[in-house]
Amino acid sequence: MKTNGNLLDRQGFRNALASVLAILIGMLVGLIILLISNPAKALPGFWAIATGGVANRKNMGQVLYYATPIVMTGLSVGFAKKTGLFNIGASGQYIMGAFAAVLVGVKCTFLPAGLQCLAAILAAALTGALWGCVPGLLKAYCNINEVIACIMMNYIGMSTANLLVRKFIFDRAKNQSLQPAASAVLPKLGFDKLFVDGGAPSSANAGFLVAVVLGVAVWVILEKTRLGFELKACGYNRDAAKYAGISDKKNILLAMVFAGGLAGIGGALYYLSGAGSGIPVLDVLAAEGFNGIPVALLGMSNPIAIIFTGTFMAYLTQGGLSMQTFGFPTQIVDIISSVIIYFAAFALFFSQTIEKFRHRQVEKRRAAAQTEKGGEAQ
Amino acid sequence: MSEYIIEMCNITKEFPGIIANDDITLQLKRGEIHALLGENGAGKSTLMSVLFGLYQPEKGVIRKNGEEVRIKDPNDANALGIGMVHQHFKLVHNFTVLQNIVLGMETTQNGFLKMDEAQKKVMALSEQYGLRVDPDALIEDITVGMQQRVEILKMLYRDNEILIFDEPTAVLTPQEIEELMKIMKDLAAEGKSILFITHKLNEIKEVADRCTVLRKGKYIGTISVSGVTKEEMSEMMVGRKVELKVDKGPAHPTDVVFETEGLTVVNKEHGKKVVNNVSLKVRRGEIVCVAGIDGNGQTELVQAITGLMKPDSGSVKLKGEDVTRASIRYKNTHGLGHIPEDRHKHGLVLDYPLAYNLVLQSYFEPAYCSGGFLRYDKIFQYGDKLIEKYDIRSGQGGRTIARSMSGGNQQKAIVAREIDRDPDLLIAVQPTRGLDVGAIEYIHHQLVAERDNGKGILLVSLELDEVMNLADRILVIYEGEIVAELDPRAVTVQELGLYMAGSKRKAVG
Repeated sequence: MKTNGNLLDRQGFRNALASVLAILIGMLVGLIILLISNPAKALPGFWAIATGGVANRKNMGQVLYYATPIVMTGLSVGFAKKTGLFNIGASGQYIMGAFAAVLVGVKCTFLPAGLQCLAAILAAALTGALWGCVPGLLKAYCNINEVIACIMMNYIGMSTANLLVRKFIFDRAKNQSLQPAASAVLPKLGFDKLFVDGGAPSSANAGFLVAVVLGVAVWVILEKTRLGFELKACGYNRDAAKYAGISDKKNILLAMVFAGGLAGIGGALYYLSGAGSGIPVLDVLAAEGFNGIPVALLGMSNPIAIIFTGTFMAYLTQGGLSMQTFGFPTQIVDIISSVIIYFAAFALFFSQTIEKFRHRQVEKRRAAAQTEKGGEAQ
Repeated sequence: MSEYIIEMCNITKEFPGIIANDDITLQLKRGEIHALLGENGAGKSTLMSVLFGLYQPEKGVIRKNGEEVRIKDPNDANALGIGMVHQHFKLVHNFTVLQNIVLGMETTQNGFLKMDEAQKKVMALSEQYGLRVDPDALIEDITVGMQQRVEILKMLYRDNEILIFDEPTAVLTPQEIEELMKIMKDLAAEGKSILFITHKLNEIKEVADRCTVLRKGKYIGTISVSGVTKEEMSEMMVGRKVELKVDKGPAHPTDVVFETEGLTVVNKEHGKKVVNNVSLKVRRGEIVCVAGIDGNGQTELVQAITGLMKPDSGSVKLKGEDVTRASIRYKNTHGLGHIPEDRHKHGLVLDYPLAYNLVLQSYFEPAYCSGGFLRYDKIFQYGDKLIEKYDIRSGQGGRTIARSMSGGNQQKAIVAREIDRDPDLLIAVQPTRGLDVGAIEYIHHQLVAERDNGKGILLVSLELDEVMNLADRILVIYEGEIVAELDPRAVTVQELGLYMAGSKRKAVG
């Protein structure tokens, strides 16, 4: 088929347009729910969640700050998905990574400033990788379903982190971990000057850039390297990979190790932000790990797309915070963001609809051109 | 009333990058068996899917009894009396035969199922058309042939008068095929009109009245079957003269390139020896064929040789080197080529582009990979070369996703890949299963050419024609054991059949 240079004929554009459409429809449904729950404040509340992320420069910075960990867990889930594995264990990997990072951040003050931060991130990556490695080993060598192993590793991770935080880096007053030393905190890179509102800086920092760089790196690994070729081959067809001499066991293990490492780094980037938050000692699984699942699914496991979908989810989080100022209960805020994400999942459906629409358009035009030609001939 | 019960006029159906049906006309007479002949990818299945309402054509009209109809989905087709037996049956495996037949048409009373009447009707139909089934058996417990009879009964139960059979014989044994042919004739005699999709000329000759031929999505013509020979039909189908018999000179075997010694595989579940003490030799320049009825240990034998399965005892030697415990990668890079039995399971990563599949065992070599990064330009270049050299047809060249290619071209891609890797021993397991005449001829020629090139070929086949045509030596496998070594020039098909059935054996020298 001839392209005619029409934008609608380009797959990438179609996908993007479909995502936007899907989100708009989600917002519309969200608005309806708001109108039902509190008609008087529905419009300003809706406006808050829709534009909260860009209401001022501080909010923009906050979006990047919230995006960082879920982009990382999204990358983690997406990477495993490419190898045909469902890494539902990002939560445990994330929290263990966070603990390792904060531990190095608090204790290893003997390291030079830049190096300590790097060491903390590295420690997080290794600990996360270790947590991912266990389900990986079980899957590869004992064929134990990774979902079960991952879920169990989540609980083990949560309890272990609680235990270790309390033992080594506990801030009794706040019931959370101590703050990492200033020398271990991620550099601000001027983000505190850029994303600021009335003197109040946002928590944005270099972490988001690290996440973006890692997203690009993951893309390169998957699309350009031998390793990516093998990983994806295993994911698509394990038998054929084996037939071709690719070690499926090795690749399953590697995929889980990488995925765990990415989630672990997510934990480091969040708790090394210097924003004042510590690892809470609560019997609750870290939500960032689970948020990585919709992020990865919305981005169809494409690492570059995951950077955007992660940012989008963070945007909704920030918008939700803005909405709370209108007195909406947090539950309503959560429902609205969930509805929007829910509809965003229809993006694929919309993409196909656009394609069909475009196809019909081309057909009609061709038919019209033909009758015209016929008329001339007569 | 029109002479034709169904007419499909000037049907055009496009898919991205390919016109599957280009202005095709098909007219089905009342009470006839009408064959639809064409190679894989000729557009037969697409055309039938249009008739069955699974696809909407871009152009063309469908008429029933002379009146134009619109078929938007299979329910419309059903309402018009059109039924279809798909190539892959659409049955619920843990339901009984009867439940499957009435599924979607259940008679109920006050919301409760009334199976008695349904059972009576099914039994009556079964009697009338000689379709023996056990209505209470579970689908998963009955043979493929019987499953097919259930599919036919499903159509009859719905009072369909136009019956479409999509490659119905592909999954059947010779005896079952014979039975199906008889059933089809009976159905036609009872006034049903049958559309029979196939690429097997023998079957068309046997049952069909008329035959419509498609080639590469285009309508070639409709012929009366009694007036043409098989050769003429295959020429219409392929577009050139086809050799139905393989043209090959005598073998000139030289040194032994491959041997197994007492190879044994024990099944983990029932502890039986599925491969029992198999010792065989393949020399350069000969085609050794392992013949046998499906399920006599061929799959396990090949997997034990290639490394997909570990043998329990015995050894495998390639070019004199013991490779029993070597990795698959090692064997692949040291002279072993393998055209696998199941091209979807083992042969291809279906979601990868064609070019990736063509380097599936060589992507790591310096030609395609440097410093851990793949050289995609080189991979696609090589892909284009093979596509050209081996005439692999695909919508978008090397970028075509393998899944979207026709079965014949998928197989051609595997054959191209394995031959082009220049192995010393090529193991070909049912290399022509489910392929059409043109592709079979092509693959047979390639195998013979490789033999003449000084390669050893180990062919595993269930098709007697193929065995007799290609083999220089035949090894008959029965219950995991090699029971005879035969010379294809000195043995008849009937005799070979007796060895394969285990009723005859002969010391292997």
